[in-house]
Amino acid sequence: MAEQRKGRPQAQGKPRPSAQKAAGARKAPAVRPAAGEVSFDATDAEYQSLIPPRRGLAEALAPVAGFGVTFSSMFKPIVTEQYPFEKVPTKPRYHGRHQLNRYPDGLEKCIGCELCAWACPADAIYVEGASNTPDAQFSPGERYGRVYQINYLRCIFCGLCIEACPTRALTMTNDYELAGPTRAGLIYEKSDLLAPLGEGMLASPHPMVPGTTDTEYYRGDVLGPVVDQIAWVRENRPDDPTLAGADRAAASRTAGGAAR
Amino acid sequence: MGIEEAPSGFLLTSVESLAGYFRKGSLWPVTFGLACCAIEMMAAGTSRFDLSRFGMEVFRASPRQADLMIVAGRVSQKMAPVVRQVYDQMPEPKWVLSMGVCASSGGMFNNYAIVQGVDHIVPVDIYLPGCPPRPEMLINAILELHAQIQASPLGVNRKDAAAAAEAAAIEATPTSHMKGLLR
Repeated sequence: MAEQRKGRPQAQGKPRPSAQKAAGARKAPAVRPAAGEVSFDATDAEYQSLIPPRRGLAEALAPVAGFGVTFSSMFKPIVTEQYPFEKVPTKPRYHGRHQLNRYPDGLEKCIGCELCAWACPADAIYVEGASNTPDAQFSPGERYGRVYQINYLRCIFCGLCIEACPTRALTMTNDYELAGPTRAGLIYEKSDLLAPLGEGMLASPHPMVPGTTDTEYYRGDVLGPVVDQIAWVRENRPDDPTLAGADRAAASRTAGGAAR
Repeated sequence: MGIEEAPSGFLLTSVESLAGYFRKGSLWPVTFGLACCAIEMMAAGTSRFDLSRFGMEVFRASPRQADLMIVAGRVSQKMAPVVRQVYDQMPEPKWVLSMGVCASSGGMFNNYAIVQGVDHIVPVDIYLPGCPPRPEMLINAILELHAQIQASPLGVNRKDAAAAAEAAAIEATPTSHMKGLLR
């Protein structure tokens, strides 16, 4: 109430100066029109176009001059990419689907450290590590990634996981065709992400190259499977389809004189 | 009685394939850009990628003349009722494409402001990852949706398919019992 009482005299006091201004504005119309009115003074002078008028043929073709753009574009190269039929390759460093890599002898590079999951800003990666045992050695060293899931409906393909990976186990491919009908189906498991076995690789699990540690693997001293590893796999998994290729690779490497 | 209630038999399967062919051949998307994914959606309509090769260059500004909703971008809690209303205004048959990770699952915005997946609001037919997905990815998702539409059942077959899907959903392991990211 007190504020209202205070406010009123001020509000009543205000109109006086503004009324004087309005009275001053009313005198002005002779010089400048009041708001809302339109002065026709400016249009009295004839309009002068700055574009020089066309003469002769140009004047006759003026109504269809716009088609000049249409006709000239007919002789330009076609920019349309015929996507599903002819795929234009991406730039080589395009961030596409992830891949879990392997060492040349077939052991997995992932050690289950979860640094990728920690780096992920979208919380898209889930890793469960487990210990390697002599019976089931999946990666060089103590640990391997037992569960590895990437939720592609969270992943923003920023590549921070790639930067975080200490063994270069996780890299990105240029594969971008990932659409799917269900949310669960777009959570990729380790089996979906693991790189296929290359030429001469031996499927894991199998022991490390004798006399090496994970350091030799990391430095790239291991060039492929050796006889001991092949023998171990032949004893434990005689039907393994990668045995023949690994045999050939090991034989060619020993003939070439490589140590490992 | 529309073609949705056609009697079963060889006639129905013929009608199904024909209706699917026509439906996928002129899929008109509703203009529904919510965020940065919309830029890539627009790019997919430009001459370089040219969505009109698949009969869908007309991005309808009116939902009643559209049959595909491309939810392009993160859906905020405030936008959710609008999304639902636009979906409800579209005539049947209609499809929803969830474009980008934000629309599909909330993406990196796991917070109070963003709906964690547009399937909380509308039924989604196809999910498209990417942040944002490149226009080729969108075209790929659309072509997969075309395949879905081509194979979509009608009449009795449609009822059977719906019943089978419901039975499977009841039998399925709840996500709360699953391990990993589904947990």
